[in-house]
Amino acid sequence: MSGAPSLPAGTWLRVFARLFAVQAGYNYEVMIGNGIAYAAEPAFRLLPGGRGGAAYKAALARHSRYFNAHPYLAALAVGALVRAELDGEDPARIERFRTACCGPLGAAGDRLVWAGWLPFCSALALLAFGAGFPAAGVVGVFVGTFNLGHVTLRAWGLWAGYRDGLKVAAALGNPVLRQGPLQVARGSALVAGAALPLVMQRIGAQQASALGVELALAAVLAAALARWQGRVDGWHVGVGLLAVFVLYSVMR
Amino acid sequence: MIAPGTLALLALLGAVVGLDGVSFPQAMLSRPLVAATLGGAVCGNPVAGLLVGILLECFALETMPFGASRYPEWGPASVAAGVVAAIPGGNPEALARIVPFAVVAGLGAAMLGGRTLLRLRRYNLSAATRRRDDIAAGDASAIVGLQRAGFAMDFLRAGVLTTVFVLVLVPVRDMVLAESGAPGVLAVAVAGTLGVGVAGSAYWKVVHTTKGYAWWLLAGVCAGLAAVALR
Repeated sequence: MSGAPSLPAGTWLRVFARLFAVQAGYNYEVMIGNGIAYAAEPAFRLLPGGRGGAAYKAALARHSRYFNAHPYLAALAVGALVRAELDGEDPARIERFRTACCGPLGAAGDRLVWAGWLPFCSALALLAFGAGFPAAGVVGVFVGTFNLGHVTLRAWGLWAGYRDGLKVAAALGNPVLRQGPLQVARGSALVAGAALPLVMQRIGAQQASALGVELALAAVLAAALARWQGRVDGWHVGVGLLAVFVLYSVMR
Repeated sequence: MIAPGTLALLALLGAVVGLDGVSFPQAMLSRPLVAATLGGAVCGNPVAGLLVGILLECFALETMPFGASRYPEWGPASVAAGVVAAIPGGNPEALARIVPFAVVAGLGAAMLGGRTLLRLRRYNLSAATRRRDDIAAGDASAIVGLQRAGFAMDFLRAGVLTTVFVLVLVPVRDMVLAESGAPGVLAVAVAGTLGVGVAGSAYWKVVHTTKGYAWWLLAGVCAGLAAVALR
């Protein structure tokens, strides 16, 4: 972290802890803007004039404005913005950076986490369930694996953002962010493919012939929903059919 | 009937997993497979909670919280679904018969929960609007206060929501159980087929733009079927 002013360990910890609550004040006007100011506030106390000084207040005012990004990758922005403020960067440049990084941080986070890591970890948990793990084991596999990636991503984001300051765009070229979603998607395909037949078996098929029929029906449903992608939501179809079954079983 | 102490514990659990969904810390304790298992565990039957949680997870894979999209809220709803599945006495046939209702109840509750999240965001906005001048002046107490107020309201919202879901759904479960004529084997098979089908399509949507995905999926399915056959 050459050239970056060193932050006390307590400040790092406070900023890092607050990153987990970055969305607590989420609203449709400034989105997570208030959360960004909240997370960065402990570091702004180190600005000239200290807590309550003019630089401190100006920085808080700047960073409580509109900001939106994936909550985990918001760490990258917070690190970069803290560094920029402590380096005394031009406020207009900081504002341009804030505007420019919303889109990339949102898209990269959605791709890596919501469309990658989370479905992968769910598939791992489904596999653990199908393999016969006890309840604590299935939950442990999911929560442990997911949060290994989650906490690491937030910690790396804060560190890389602070290291690079407003030049943090290079960090978005990190191999994990560029190639990670591809590899995770392949892993999800492999693990989910293996997990779903095992899940079906554990859920209740008593006989091989019944399991075959259920898997075939599930495959037909999956293919139909995939074909109608964008026109129908699979989970709406699922809940509708299940509700019809519940009504039928009660009324017959 | 749920004992008051158990109901209080469920409300606390619902508040924690509801908070986890958006406000703090997004550790995915709010995912159905976690929250429903914990809900079932509080009522003495984590296995029943896990079964319903796995099925709800299959549906939840379709509703990831991309961007500022509106999505169901799974935490409190899943806790309630886990409670619904954890029938006192732990009779396996009764559990099997109630699974479809528990899943439908969880999905419906998740949709309602999502609407309360919109209300929470409007509350956050009104709180921010009231303190707009202070925030614009860089008043730290206003900024920190807004985060804490959002945190507290989310906690309260999720706790109340879970309590209402449990109080409403448990008596309905008992009625459904008394009236339902479907055998447990069929009930579980229908819920499982729908859940696995929806999960299959959700995974296809996630991976189908990835180069070579079909081979990875095929390899996985072959491995899964081989494991099933070898059991």
